[in-house]
This record gives sequence, structure tokens and C-alpha cells, in this order.
Amino acid sequence: MSAAHIVIDHVSKVFATEGRELVALQDISIEIPRGQFTCLLGPSGCGKSTLLNAVAGFALPSSGTISADGVRIAAPGPDRGMVFQEYALFPWMTVEQNVAFGLEIKGMEKAEIARRVGDLLKMLSLQDFRQRFPKDLSGGMRQRVAIARVLALDSPIMLMDEPFGALDALTRRNLQDELLRIWSELKKTIIFVTHSIEEAIYLADRIVVMTYRPGTVKRDILVDLPRMRDPAAPEFNALKRELGQLVMEEQQRHHNDELRAAAVD
Amino acid sequence: MKSMQWREIGVGMVAPAVVIAVWQAVAELGWVNPQVLPSPLAVVRKWIEYLLPLQPHTEGSWLAWALSGELIVDSITSMYRVAVGFVIGAGLALPLGLAMGASQRVYAWFNPLVQLLRPIPPIAYIPLAILWFGLGNPPAVFLIALGAFFPVLMNTIAGVRQVDGIYLRAARNLGASGSTMFLRVILPAAVPYILSGVRIGIGTAFIVVIVSEMIAVNNGLGFRILEAREYFWSDKIMAGMITIGMLGLAIDVGMNRLNNYLLRWHRGLEH
Repeated sequence: MSAAHIVIDHVSKVFATEGRELVALQDISIEIPRGQFTCLLGPSGCGKSTLLNAVAGFALPSSGTISADGVRIAAPGPDRGMVFQEYALFPWMTVEQNVAFGLEIKGMEKAEIARRVGDLLKMLSLQDFRQRFPKDLSGGMRQRVAIARVLALDSPIMLMDEPFGALDALTRRNLQDELLRIWSELKKTIIFVTHSIEEAIYLADRIVVMTYRPGTVKRDILVDLPRMRDPAAPEFNALKRELGQLVMEEQQRHHNDELRAAAVD
Repeated sequence: MKSMQWREIGVGMVAPAVVIAVWQAVAELGWVNPQVLPSPLAVVRKWIEYLLPLQPHTEGSWLAWALSGELIVDSITSMYRVAVGFVIGAGLALPLGLAMGASQRVYAWFNPLVQLLRPIPPIAYIPLAILWFGLGNPPAVFLIALGAFFPVLMNTIAGVRQVDGIYLRAARNLGASGSTMFLRVILPAAVPYILSGVRIGIGTAFIVVIVSEMIAVNNGLGFRILEAREYFWSDKIMAGMITIGMLGLAIDVGMNRLNNYLLRWHRGLEH
């Protein structure tokens, strides 16, 4: 058995749309060690969310396998908690109920649930919002609840699909710091999808840059800058320039593709 | 805020006041036969007469006596029919709608039948209802249940089918499946649709009760205004109509309150 926590082994994903075949992922192999914070980086259409959904078990690969802890992934499960860009909180449940939901499904005792939920709400500074409904919360607060809901599962793996994409810059930085604090405390293995180069460098141990259609691994780099990272530091900016170039090449291909599609119409 | 509210109420009173004033003037000037159009005052007088007990109090409880007026008995009778018919109609529609919304198989089984029966107005069932159930409450309740059934059914189906996929994915990710998924995610997500079906269903039930009372029974508000026509009591017809309007409004306000409470989590709430 390999030492890696998550093994993505020769994964391809093909979608059939209007009789045409669209290769979203092509022969991707990545091994992610336990406790690593990995960012999947690329322009829209590069298949990074498709890959994340495959790890989550929502949409299985067309070929190849993905396994976690040596067990092949075949369905979604609470061992791989997911945080969505759209928050996906249940609007009919209060903050507290949202966080407790996963534990109730597990059949945990009421008192234990209350204790766990209380701890998590405190950890994410949500204790004053426990009785609120999601509609009464700001985007940043909603994403805190979504993170608490996933942490409640106590899953070793956390999957995050552009979780901070819809937030303003300050709230975003705030939540990034919070996430880093939680990660260093709880030692989760995190796969984090983003199209923000700066976000990837700020957060990740390792950045996997993906190509635009078909999605493959363009570059796989380890970020060894000391934490907490300073986005104004020269090393940070050098890396940003390098990654920017890679991502822009793919963005250009995406753009050309769109122009071609428009010309055909 | 407060003064704006009062102002709005004041503005809203202008149109009814003008209508009543013109109506009173027309009646007083003798332009129309009072048997065709009684004055508003006559209608109000009749309404009060209709509301109060027929006999003076002699013995027994005061409350029973106070509620013995014809209008109150008629209203209670009509509302009772609405309640029973609605509970039966919605009670059947809800489980069927949930099943049809959740399962493509069940949907395929029942949808053609539903689509065929749905356009038939409940009123068209009157002859059959009388044939099957005779006279009295049963045919009336049958028609009301029918009126409530389809709006609740259609909205429940739509509600279950429109549940946003992101909630299902989030719930599956948290480990939900089977009955937990259905009861704690799909059903609450469908509640806004179901409630609007309930609201339409109650409205239909209220229309149908008046019509069915004109045919199958000999009490209730619908019966009373038809009876009043036999005697050319146009003031009583109008008094009955006003009562129907007030009860309809009360149902709507009540439903609105219930809606706001049950959907307090929902965005875009109307207050």
C-alpha cells in the first residue's frame, strides 16, 4: 500500500454532449500525502472541479481509479467533506441545525452533538449566530457555517470547490487565515480548487496547475515559502509571476476556443 | 414608518368610501328599484339582523344563544365543509404528489390520468356527485376535496422536482440517504411550492363550497343567498356575499400568516 492518502491513478473523464465527446480530464495521476494542502489551479474549463467531484464521488471517472486510504472511491461519503462555492447550506435549518445535521445522520447522541456543535461554532466565531437562518448571514458567515458543517464530520479529507470565490477581498483573506489555522490544528488533507494564483500560493503546500481541455497536469510544484506567507514578499511575487504565465497560456487557449466556437455559430 | 402606514391605510379607504357614497346616493335618489339594488344602509341593517339570534334569549348558555344567529350558523356550516373537504383532498394529494415527484416510475403511472382529470372543473362533477352521494354534506365535501386535490397535487410534484441539486449533493456528502434525505432535505425544500398549492387549494375549496351549497344542501352561505333570491331579498343576498368576502379574506390572511411562519427561513418573504 502506498503511503499517499489520496491516490488519483490514470483518471480520465469524458462527457458526451450533443453527440460530441468532450474530454474533461485526460490521464491524470496525482498522489497526495496525508496532511498536505493541495491547490488545483487553472482557468475555468480546465476540469479542476470535475476532478474534485470525482474525488468527492459525485461523478466517477470514465477510466482510472481514485482511492482514499487505499479504498477505491465509488460514492460520496462523509469521510470526504465538501465545501461548495455556493455554500449549499440548508436554508430551512438554523446555523446550529446545519452543523448538527451530519452528526445526526451518524446517529450520534444528542448531548454529544450539542457539545461538538458548540465547540465548532466557537472555533469559527459563530456562537452568536446559532439560531439564525442562512438567509440572515453574510457570504463570509455562511461559508464559515459550511466549513463548520464539514468539520463536524471529523473527516480526514476536506474538499473545497472555490469556497471563497464569491467573497470580497477582505472577507476572503480573513477566511483563508482561518482555514490555515484550522488546517494546522486539525491536520486535514485538503484539496482546494481555485482560479486565483495568489490564493493558491497563499494557502498551498503544493500547487497542481491544470491545462485547458483536455485537463491534464501542466505543472506540479511544491511551495516551500514559510508560513504565514506575505503576498508582498519577493519570493511570493516571483512564484506568482511564474504561475501567472502558466495559467495565462491556458486562459489564452480557453479564449481562442471561445472565439472559434463563436465563429462557427 | 408609523405615519406612512396610517397614511397608506387612509389612502386605501378612499375608493371604498366613494363607491359606498355613490351607491347610497343612487339608492336615495330613487334611480333604481330597491329590490334590484338596495341601499348600503339597508344591506348593513340586514347583515346585522342576519347576524343576531332569531329568538330572544330564554334559557341555556349565553354563548350558544349568541352564536345561534342564522349568519353564524351558516358560516360555521360552510367553513366546516371547507375544512373537511380540504383535509381529505389535500391529505390525498400530498402523499401522491410526493411519490410522483420523487419517483419517475410513479410519475409515469399516474401522470396521464392526472393530466386527463385535472382540466375537468369540480363544478362539472356535480351531477355525478349527487348520483353517487345523494344530497347533504357528502356530495359537497366530495366536490370541495376535488377542488383542493389538484392544486396541492400539482404543486407538490413541482416542488419535489425542482429541489436544487446542490442541496442533494451537500446532503449526500454529509452521508444522508433514503428516508433522511427525503424527510429532512427534499420535503422541506419543497415546502414553499407545497404551501402555494395549499393556498390555491383552499381558495378553490372556498369557491366550490358556495357552488355546492347552491345545489346539494339546505344550509350554509351558498344556500342562503340562493334562497334569498327566491324571495327577492337582494339586501340579504348582498349581506351573504359580504360575509363570503370577509370569510375569504380571513382565510387568506390566516394562510399568509401560516406561510410567513413556516417559511421564515425563506428568502424573498412577503410580510
